[in-house]
Amino acid sequence: MKKIKPLWFIIVFLLAVSVSSSLFAQEETTLIDAYNLEQNETCLKCHGHANYFYYNEGVERDLKERMNPYFVIDSSAYYISNHKTFLCVDCHSYEYESFPHSGELRMEIKFGCMDCHEGDDTYAQYNFEQINEDFHISVHASKHSEDFTCNMCHNPHTYHISARTNENMSDFILYDNEICLTCHADISKYQLLTTMENPNVLETHSWLPNQVLHFKKVRCIECHTEINDDILVSHNVLPKDQAVSRCVECHSKDSRLLASLYKYQFTGDRNKAGFANDAMLDESYVIGANRNYYLNVISIVMFGLVLIGLCIHAVIRIILKH
Amino acid sequence: MSEKIYLYSVWIRLWHWFNAFMCLLLIITGLSMQYSDPEFPMIRFDWAVSIHNVAGVILVFSYLYFLVGNLLTANGKHYLFRKGIFKNLILQARYYAFGIFKGEKPPFPISKEHKFNPLQKFSYIVVMHFVIPCVCISGVMLLYPDVLVIDLFGNKALHMTDLLHVMLGFTISLFLVVHLYFCTIGHTPISNFKGMITGHHETH
Repeated sequence: MKKIKPLWFIIVFLLAVSVSSSLFAQEETTLIDAYNLEQNETCLKCHGHANYFYYNEGVERDLKERMNPYFVIDSSAYYISNHKTFLCVDCHSYEYESFPHSGELRMEIKFGCMDCHEGDDTYAQYNFEQINEDFHISVHASKHSEDFTCNMCHNPHTYHISARTNENMSDFILYDNEICLTCHADISKYQLLTTMENPNVLETHSWLPNQVLHFKKVRCIECHTEINDDILVSHNVLPKDQAVSRCVECHSKDSRLLASLYKYQFTGDRNKAGFANDAMLDESYVIGANRNYYLNVISIVMFGLVLIGLCIHAVIRIILKH
Repeated sequence: MSEKIYLYSVWIRLWHWFNAFMCLLLIITGLSMQYSDPEFPMIRFDWAVSIHNVAGVILVFSYLYFLVGNLLTANGKHYLFRKGIFKNLILQARYYAFGIFKGEKPPFPISKEHKFNPLQKFSYIVVMHFVIPCVCISGVMLLYPDVLVIDLFGNKALHMTDLLHVMLGFTISLFLVVHLYFCTIGHTPISNFKGMITGHHETH
């Protein structure tokens, strides 16, 4: 009997772990109201797939049709997005609840970000008003007027904040850069707003040493926006001739990366263990920005001592004429 | 009266000056990158990177040329440790510290068979067979950091590789200063420099 006891302990422990983990998992999903899931499913059963079925009264049977790819919503991306708790009809007309949809709904005026986010204390920390101001002086807004909306970069069905929540820096750099590249590396989307030819990003950045590493380790906005300390992410995208091209802006002790990419990692002591801008060191190493104070002192002292020693030797040689 | 010995053949002299020039370029551009500052730019950062990269690659090939040259000629024997090196090192150090001021004769006079005194030999072997290869390897790794450092050893290895590279670079710059000074200890203060141009070493 004594031998069975530990086995029971293990079984009970494993059961406890599995029950508690399933409870936690349930807690995760309950963040989205079951009612919302059910309601949204009436839309997503068609708009969540490349094909949809509907009952055609003319032929008196179910027909399979292809969904317009621009109207397909990736439900898995939607339910991790910032708007995951919303009903489809919170933003879209209630008239969409009936099928077939009325043709007039195509002219539906879509909500802009500021329609909900402006002047709401809930979002005060994000300072949407300042983001909006910065966006309106950016090259995106000034070149394309009202045709360029927040949605162009922040797809309301999929966008989620990543820089502050994702511990893996490479992931959120990739996520953020893909937002830029959805237009700047896709001629069809780029030419929605312009007749210009889309420049090849690789060619326009060919001057950049270690191009691949730069693309992996920093976001486009690090060089292409003006830093504004009042908002979490800079939104004033600059014309290309005003983009940062001086390497020392990042590759120096007062690296601008601390005010942009490493804004969330940089919380206090800037020079731990003597390394300048140590917040960068977990993910990267930036020449010129991560010099070490102690090594600098040691090298200067060593160099000085050697020079003094050689000078003394030389002076004695000169005096004794050897 | 001084005596002249032909010590440095053409290929060694060519390699030596080429190597010295590349090292100097690499030290200056390396310092400029490491201490880059928008207020006090030494060399524009992107220029410094480009010059450093090109000079670094040339240094690698120059080192390979030196290695092959040493394998194919008798010059290689001067870069091998012999028995009693530590005792000889102390004797040579004692000479530089005291004997030279008393007008003593050098304990290991330069000859065709012994091109370097023990201190020279020790420092040249350490620099040419350890420091330069390590700085070249770490430099090539930093030239392709994504493939040769991050993919193989992870993000933090980039930092370690650069630290190693910088420390080795610092060692070379120290060596350069000491080497230049000790070259003034010859028949005349400039006779050793002349010797590396003409190939003839002037003895005391």
